[in-house]
Amino acid sequence: MPRRIVIGIRGVGHRVIDSIWRLGYASRFFLLTLLKSGISFRRFGLVIRELYFTGVLSLIIIIVSGLFVGMVLGLQGYETLQRFGAESAVGTMVALSLVRELGPVVAALLFASRAGSAITAEIGLMKATDQLAAMEMMAVDPIARVVAPRFWAGVISMPFLAAMFSVVGVFGGYLVAVVLIGVDDGSFWSQMQNAVDFRYDIVNGVIKTCVFGVAVTAIAVFEGYDASPTAEGVSGATTRTVVTSSLAILGLDFVLTSVMFRGMS
Amino acid sequence: MQRTTMDLWVGVFVMAGIGALLILALKVGNLGTYSAAESYTLIGNFENIGGLKVRAPVKSAGVVVGRITDIRFNTETYDAAVTMNIDNRYQFPRDTFASILTSGLLGEQYIGLAAGGDETVLKNGDKIMKTNSAMVLEEMIGRFLFDKASENKASEDSDSDDDGKK
Repeated sequence: MPRRIVIGIRGVGHRVIDSIWRLGYASRFFLLTLLKSGISFRRFGLVIRELYFTGVLSLIIIIVSGLFVGMVLGLQGYETLQRFGAESAVGTMVALSLVRELGPVVAALLFASRAGSAITAEIGLMKATDQLAAMEMMAVDPIARVVAPRFWAGVISMPFLAAMFSVVGVFGGYLVAVVLIGVDDGSFWSQMQNAVDFRYDIVNGVIKTCVFGVAVTAIAVFEGYDASPTAEGVSGATTRTVVTSSLAILGLDFVLTSVMFRGMS
Repeated sequence: MQRTTMDLWVGVFVMAGIGALLILALKVGNLGTYSAAESYTLIGNFENIGGLKVRAPVKSAGVVVGRITDIRFNTETYDAAVTMNIDNRYQFPRDTFASILTSGLLGEQYIGLAAGGDETVLKNGDKIMKTNSAMVLEEMIGRFLFDKASENKASEDSDSDDDGKK
């Protein structure tokens, strides 16, 4: 019996040390990616290729979900606000919740599951089929050639995707509140413009998306690069990418929100 | 390096992204109504600002003429120093009256400027001399109750006087 307990404690200790080890390795890998990203700017074609896969191909999911999120916000906002006779404030509610929170967070979550998982699977499979090792043998640095362009493409496309999400969401809210329900068109926009501040709401939202973009793509490329070179390893790494980056997005969102919007009142 | 259709799509993507950011800034946000370039600051000291916040509008006759940029507590006079940016197009005489008002019953608070009749106008950095504090609901109710109580007392007193005469 005591032997079992000892084994259990040893297992816990092993896990803790292992995760700290991985964290250190991930940080070093992240730094190395930043240091070796010179080539992705000198040969910008590499980044453009990845922008196509991470950005352009994520457009449809971002736009469709943004539209529906905005429409739901419009409906729910109207439902609640009309009880107080404030249904013209539905534009304010839709715009503020999209620009401050839902746009960055939901777009980043979708981006993690659409593009982050693809990046991990691609790099993991390259590793499993020894393509990365072959590159190294030809004196091509796989971090500079494979990892850095994907990282920068993700970081660049994330703010654009989130901005499109918010715009389409506001349009969806407009569609439901003004076109379907019949809230006054003028007060919808004017109250929104009165309440949404450029510096306070929009710039802070864009800063959030940039942070999320860095976090999601850094996690995705690391998990791919660190995957064990088997079919099982790649699938596990893909799952870990989605789980870890979703948790990172939500945690970071809380931290950023508490820093940005504390001085509001 | 030759051009590919991929480049075209990425170009469209980046254009759409920048367009979305612009729409957010101009249509959703208030960047379009900012005229930060031409403005001057005025300072007003208020005994009590109630729930006034930075960025709240400054209105005159209901028209937004500026915004509040800073609220500070003055430790010498023990009142609130409110700094506001006023659009250069709008000039106010020196005896302008500034009061803190509320839009609607539960709406946000703003500063209302009522122009006076003085010939000289307020310049950048000037202080508004005549100010009116925010209405604090508790104080108003307190005063009302006090008035009511003293009214009752007075009528009771007069009643007892009548009794005495009889």
